[in-house]
Amino acid sequence: MYGLAKEINREEDLTTFSQGAKDCVPTLIGYISIGIAMGIVGASSNLSILEIALLSALVYAGAAQFIICALLVAGSPISVIIFTTFIVNLRNFLLSMTLAPYFTKYPLMKNIGIGALVTDESFGVTANKIAKKETFNASWMNGLNVTAYIFWNLSCILGAIFGKWISNPEVLGLDFSLTAMFLALLVLQLENIAHSKLKFYLTLIVYVVILMLILCMFLPSYIAILLSTMIVATIGVVKDK
Amino acid sequence: MSLNLSMLFIISGCALVTFIPRVIPFIVIRNIKLPAIVIKWLSFIPICIFTALIVDSFIIQDESLLSIDWRVLIAIIPTLIIALFTRSLSITVIVGIVSMAAVRFVF
Repeated sequence: MYGLAKEINREEDLTTFSQGAKDCVPTLIGYISIGIAMGIVGASSNLSILEIALLSALVYAGAAQFIICALLVAGSPISVIIFTTFIVNLRNFLLSMTLAPYFTKYPLMKNIGIGALVTDESFGVTANKIAKKETFNASWMNGLNVTAYIFWNLSCILGAIFGKWISNPEVLGLDFSLTAMFLALLVLQLENIAHSKLKFYLTLIVYVVILMLILCMFLPSYIAILLSTMIVATIGVVKDK
Repeated sequence: MSLNLSMLFIISGCALVTFIPRVIPFIVIRNIKLPAIVIKWLSFIPICIFTALIVDSFIIQDESLLSIDWRVLIAIIPTLIIALFTRSLSITVIVGIVSMAAVRFVF
C-alpha cells in the first residue's frame, strides 16, 4: 500500500516538474539571447570557454556575469570583483525572502536547492503564480529552475564558442527580451490586483521610476534597484491601510 | 581550454557571495514565522523590482548626470501595449524584440 502511494506520488511529482518546465518556456528567449551575449562578452574579455562555463554554472547570474567580465578587463583587484558581485546579486535576497515562505514544509536540502537557482525570471514566473493565487509545489519550482539553469548554461557556452562569428548581438534587438519580459510580468502582477487598489499600485510604480532616476545620478544602477525597491515597498506598507 | 588559479579563485568567490544571499532566506524562514507587516512588505517587492529593472534598462550611466536611452524607451511603448492586450509573456517578448530591432533600424 505504502509502495503504491509512493509510486503515485512520484508520478505526480513528475507531472508538476514538467509543468514547471513548461511554465519556463516564455522566459527561455530571454535566457538564450542574454546567455549567448554573455558567452560572446566573456570570450571577448579573454576568458576561456571553460572559464565561461564555470562562471555560468557556479555564479549563475546574468547581470553579475557581465559586470565580472567588465571588471576583469579593467584589471580590478579580486576583492573588488567579489564585493561588487555580492552587491549586484544582493537583490536575490529580496527575491528569495519573498518566495521562501511558500516552501517551509519541505526539507532543508530541498529549500537550499530551490534557493540556489532563484533568478529574476524564475521569481517573476512564481510571483505571477502567487498573484493569481494558483498553487505550486517544490517539484514545479524545480522544473522551472532546472530548465532555466540548463538553457542559461548551454547558451553561455554556445556564445563562447561561436562568439567570434557574431559581432554585435544588439542589432537584432535580442537584448531587449529581458525588458519586454519584465514589462509583461509587471502587467500580469497588476492584473491580479483588486480594482480599488489599482490606483495605489500605479502611484507606487511612479515612485519607483522617480527614485530610480534620482538615485542613478549618484549610485551604480544595481544599488539604485535595490534601494528604490526597498524604499517604495516600505512606502507601500505605510500608506496601505 | 585554460583556467588559471586566480581565475578559479575569482569564480569561486563570486559563486559563494551569490549563493549565500540566495539561500539564507530559505534556511532562516523555515524556523521563524514572519510578522504580518514583513509579509505585507514582501508583497510589494515584485511590482517594485520589475519597475526598477525596466527603468534600469533605459538609463545610461556615463559622465553626465543622467542619460536616457530613448531608443529603448520608444521600444517599450508598443511592448507595453501588447503586454496589456495579450497578457502573454511569450508574445510580449517576441513583439519586444521585433520593436527594438525596428527602432534601431529606423533611428
